[in-house]
Amino acid sequence: MGENVIEARGLTKRYGPATAVDHVSFNVAAGEIFGLLGPNGAGKTTTILMLLGLTECSEGTARVFGRDPMREPLAVKKLVGYMPELVGFYDHLTAADNLYYTARLIGIPAPERADRIAAALARVGLSGEADKRVGAFSRGMRQRLGLAEIVMKNARVAILDEPTNGLDPQAAVELLDLIRSLKATGVSILLSSHLLDRVQSVCDRVALFNKGRIALMGTVAELGRQVLGGGFAVEVEADGGIDVARRLASLPGVRNVEEPTAGRWRLTCDRDLRAEAAAEVVAAGGRLTQLALDEPSLETIYTRYFQSTQQEAAHAA
Amino acid sequence: MRREGSPWQGLGVVLLKEFADHLTSARMRVLEWLVVLVALAAIYAAITQVRDVTAQDPFLFLRLFTTSREPLPSFVAFLSFLVPLMAIGLGFDAVNSEHNRRTLSRILSQPIYRDALLFGKFLAGLATLTVSLLVLWLLLIGLGLIMLGVPPGGEEMGRAFIFLLVTIAYAGVWLALAMLFSILFRSAATAALVTLGLWLFLTVIWPALAPAIAQALVPSDDEAALIIAGQMLARLSPSTLFGEIVLALLHPTTRTLGPVYLSQLQGAVMGAPLPLSQSVLVAWPQIVGLVAACILLFAVGYIAFQRQEVRA
Ligand SMILES: Nc1ncnc2c1ncn2[C@@H]1O[C@H](COP(=O)(O)OP(=O)(O)O)[C@@H](O)[C@H]1O
Ligand SMILES: [Mg+2]
Repeated sequence: MGENVIEARGLTKRYGPATAVDHVSFNVAAGEIFGLLGPNGAGKTTTILMLLGLTECSEGTARVFGRDPMREPLAVKKLVGYMPELVGFYDHLTAADNLYYTARLIGIPAPERADRIAAALARVGLSGEADKRVGAFSRGMRQRLGLAEIVMKNARVAILDEPTNGLDPQAAVELLDLIRSLKATGVSILLSSHLLDRVQSVCDRVALFNKGRIALMGTVAELGRQVLGGGFAVEVEADGGIDVARRLASLPGVRNVEEPTAGRWRLTCDRDLRAEAAAEVVAAGGRLTQLALDEPSLETIYTRYFQSTQQEAAHAA
Repeated sequence: MRREGSPWQGLGVVLLKEFADHLTSARMRVLEWLVVLVALAAIYAAITQVRDVTAQDPFLFLRLFTTSREPLPSFVAFLSFLVPLMAIGLGFDAVNSEHNRRTLSRILSQPIYRDALLFGKFLAGLATLTVSLLVLWLLLIGLGLIMLGVPPGGEEMGRAFIFLLVTIAYAGVWLALAMLFSILFRSAATAALVTLGLWLFLTVIWPALAPAIAQALVPSDDEAALIIAGQMLARLSPSTLFGEIVLALLHPTTRTLGPVYLSQLQGAVMGAPLPLSQSVLVAWPQIVGLVAACILLFAVGYIAFQRQEVRA
């Protein structure tokens, strides 16, 4: 990956005696989707607001494209598209008029506005709703309009706070697809969520927040290995075949084989052994019907991590 | 720390959007109809009264502003009542509605400063009030011309025009106050109630209370000192200031707004009107006070808004 678009170094925010964000450091690389994940009140939104220069940091530095958001807010805000949690629009204006207002605030030249707005609305599937008042929009449509604003802005990095909050599962999946397609156009994305499992599939890397600190950071697979120690889980389903379980267990790198139901095996391995497992099933005379690499669930990782740290703390005490 | 770029970037955009919102909003339409209807009634009553009573008045047109006919109040009395209401109606949800609609952080994440948003909203409100007041003012002059059949003199027009400017400043004070409370209170209903309460207090209760407070504060038997102190206290209310300015501008015989001293009367012909420039001088401290109050209230709101968290 290329250079970093966002760099946070020891970011800290205190509200009186309470510390909302406590020495948080992370980078968002160009072209990646980075997730700030953790329960409500963990400090995700506060971190985002400091990156945007919308709230002052008590300590530490933030850099967006190498610029300080507190010193050069206009330059930073020109490059960054921000969608706050439960983003709001002016209900009495149409979707297009809402975007026109933002377009003028951004300073998009008048001749370009109509085209860029139409293109942005088309990208998020709201072309047909352009002239409807936002007051009649569902939450999902508002979130998509929020993304349209970022598309219209030609932002090079998008910061999305709880983008799937308040959406039904179907709308959430659609929105996550849109976020992926945004990444495909070269936009780097920082998103926050308290629904770990829902967004884990779109994130290239995640930082798990807890009480204002980053507890864990890395790709989901890395975190899985680090916390669960289980490495990779490969699921195999096959018809027929002789002695499949034993043969799979004897593969180098396989630690454990379970057979939850007949004809289905679950391998715990040190690395991605899908190819080897498939070959072994075929060699045993079986017909391979399904093969999947099971990503560990972030929710499980998160829970397990805090269980173990709490146990350590209890032992130490 | 020096800031990059202009704090006014986006000001015009905000102003135009808010102005358009005001002009098309149902709230504004209701207020405008109310104001126009009441104004028409007041003007009509004043015209009939003026026609009946005063034939030989050099300031016939100014009488249209100040003459009342039972049971209606005069045009000025009615303005001093409705202008604060309109201003409060435009300002009480200026900022908290952006919080409550969750638009604030989205707008402030665009390349503008908070200055532009707040000042744009204030100017848009002031522009709306100016348009409404100008319409009323033209209505009065027009109806006066038609029904009295005498054109106003240059001096009268000058006084009427300065009165218009002062009324706009008076509206600005209440607008700035309403916007201040829209920043301090997240609930628009609370902001509206507090602003209206303060308006009632400053307009109705304070002028009556001021002399009593003066009596308690000034340990003196000096009658004049007491009166002056009471008057000074009363002038903390913008309504008092506005009333005094109106007195000086629209009643050209007004020589002073304080207690009258003998020295001021020496050589003066009682009842002779002052020239316009002199009338303005008489009310100058009040005019400055009104504008200063407006700026001060806006500045307090500005500081509060700069320090405020953007999140809902
Ligand atoms: N204006 C504020 N004053 C005091 N505490 C605040 C303020 N805003 C947020 N906090 C606290 O900061 C912590 C982090 O909040 P937030 O960043 O919103 O968390 P998240 O977005 O992860 O849910 C919370 O404990 C919250 O109570
Ligand atoms: Mg949050």
